[in-house]
Amino acid sequence: MIVGQQKKAEEIIKMLGENWESLLIVGCGTCVTVSLAGGEREVEALANLLQLYYGKKGKKVTISTDTITRQCDFEFIDDIAEKIEDHDIILSLACGVGVQHMVERHPQKLIFPGLNTSFYGATTAVGEWAERCIGCGECILDRFGGVCPVARCSKSLLNGPCGGSQDGKCEVDDEIDCGWELIFNRMKDLDILEKLLVFEDPKDWQPYRDGGPRKLVNKEYYNE
Amino acid sequence: MSESMSLLQKKLEAGHFVVCSELGPPIGANVEFIRKKARKLVGYVDGVNVTDNQTAIVRMSSIVAAHFAREEGLEMIIQATTRDRNRIGLQSDLLGASSLGLNNVLCLTGDHQSFGMDPGSKNVFDLDSVQLIRAVYDMVHKGVLLNGKEMKVPPKMFIGAAANPFGDPFEMQMMKVEKKIEAGAQFIQTQAIYNLDKFEYWMEEVRKRGIHEKTYIMAGILPAKSVKALRMMKTDVAGMDVPDSLIERMEKCEDPEEEGVRVAIEIIERVKKIEGVRGIHLMPVGWEKITPEIIERAGLYPRPEVE
Repeated sequence: MIVGQQKKAEEIIKMLGENWESLLIVGCGTCVTVSLAGGEREVEALANLLQLYYGKKGKKVTISTDTITRQCDFEFIDDIAEKIEDHDIILSLACGVGVQHMVERHPQKLIFPGLNTSFYGATTAVGEWAERCIGCGECILDRFGGVCPVARCSKSLLNGPCGGSQDGKCEVDDEIDCGWELIFNRMKDLDILEKLLVFEDPKDWQPYRDGGPRKLVNKEYYNE
Repeated sequence: MSESMSLLQKKLEAGHFVVCSELGPPIGANVEFIRKKARKLVGYVDGVNVTDNQTAIVRMSSIVAAHFAREEGLEMIIQATTRDRNRIGLQSDLLGASSLGLNNVLCLTGDHQSFGMDPGSKNVFDLDSVQLIRAVYDMVHKGVLLNGKEMKVPPKMFIGAAANPFGDPFEMQMMKVEKKIEAGAQFIQTQAIYNLDKFEYWMEEVRKRGIHEKTYIMAGILPAKSVKALRMMKTDVAGMDVPDSLIERMEKCEDPEEEGVRVAIEIIERVKKIEGVRGIHLMPVGWEKITPEIIERAGLYPRPEVE
């Protein structure tokens, strides 16, 4: 899923500015709900906090809330179309995709991001998420025992580790597991270490962002 | 073939035990700084590495600094890390280096940018060190670029790689060394050695795999002038192995600089005896002026001449 982290209240307040009277905070019911950053609970908490802040400052504002299933589908955005148009500004607690999809649907509205979109990750403990994929566009997990060197090695090395890891930890930070040690140990356990001796060609980064912004069309379903 | 060989390669092929050292370019555009440092090394070394923004700190480019040092009469080894340049930039710079007569290159991944003063910079790592070695090998020996384009005048390069005998797990690190050799690394410069027992074990494994017959191995020597420097390396430098006994020895001694020189010489004497070690690579970080003294006292002066 996409993991997000809510921006600090100070940053959000600064971003929203002074020039408005009504604000709609829109949550997203999918990924960022799971990563406890932009779901209904977070939307309500943020609304209360902002209400308190503007109340103390003596600024008269109306703050409304809503959380839709997904902000990356027009279908769900359209469910609250009127509500969006009725407010001066919108604060989206979706990932960057959701924010931009709202912008596309409501080009006349000022729509602000309330989250930082962090990464594609998995829940590794209650309240903890970790990056597992960078969306490079060409999966190579088959050759690395199911552990991704692109996402999990700080240098995205394809032909083995750098010389800097110690005790299974990355040279960048003791909190980061050495991705290559994970790959190595797993392939050793599976008795397929010899696969790692094969030279890995330089990666083609075109399927990643380096081919320009990406778009996918499934002709079977595509409806112009 | 021999006319395309670098002087360093010729000396190694002639069977000489070679001495390389290192020169760190300035943070700034001071050419005289390079020339002065270079002049002090002339006659004492067979090759001098010029680091490529080491520890991810901006310095004068390795190739440009090496060019000035070469003009002072040194045989130079440029360093190329994959941290800052993609395949286009790296190959382009290597063509430039060769055209300047810089014919030795050490191919590295490079320290992560989080170690330096620009932790917020975007890293590149389009290639890894193994892929860079293969790319240089194909440029030099097949006359083609990574994209397959043929060159009328290919570059000439003696290709080197780094190895860390103290990295773990051992088997995984050895696998990487083998891949580097397979990709075309002709010489290896190791991480600084303080733990000689571990280094001897590593060399034993190197010999078992026949690696020493496929590549020239230079043992890394880092003369330390203080206990503080040793402690810093033990705790802060990725992949270093500094035994406590050495730290104690430096603590107890009266003259740490003299002791540092003695330790370096002892290590040189021991690695010289190890089968498969074909030279040393001195890395007196921040203490470059000590290089000639260590080389003289280790009995490695004067250096051999080759045609």
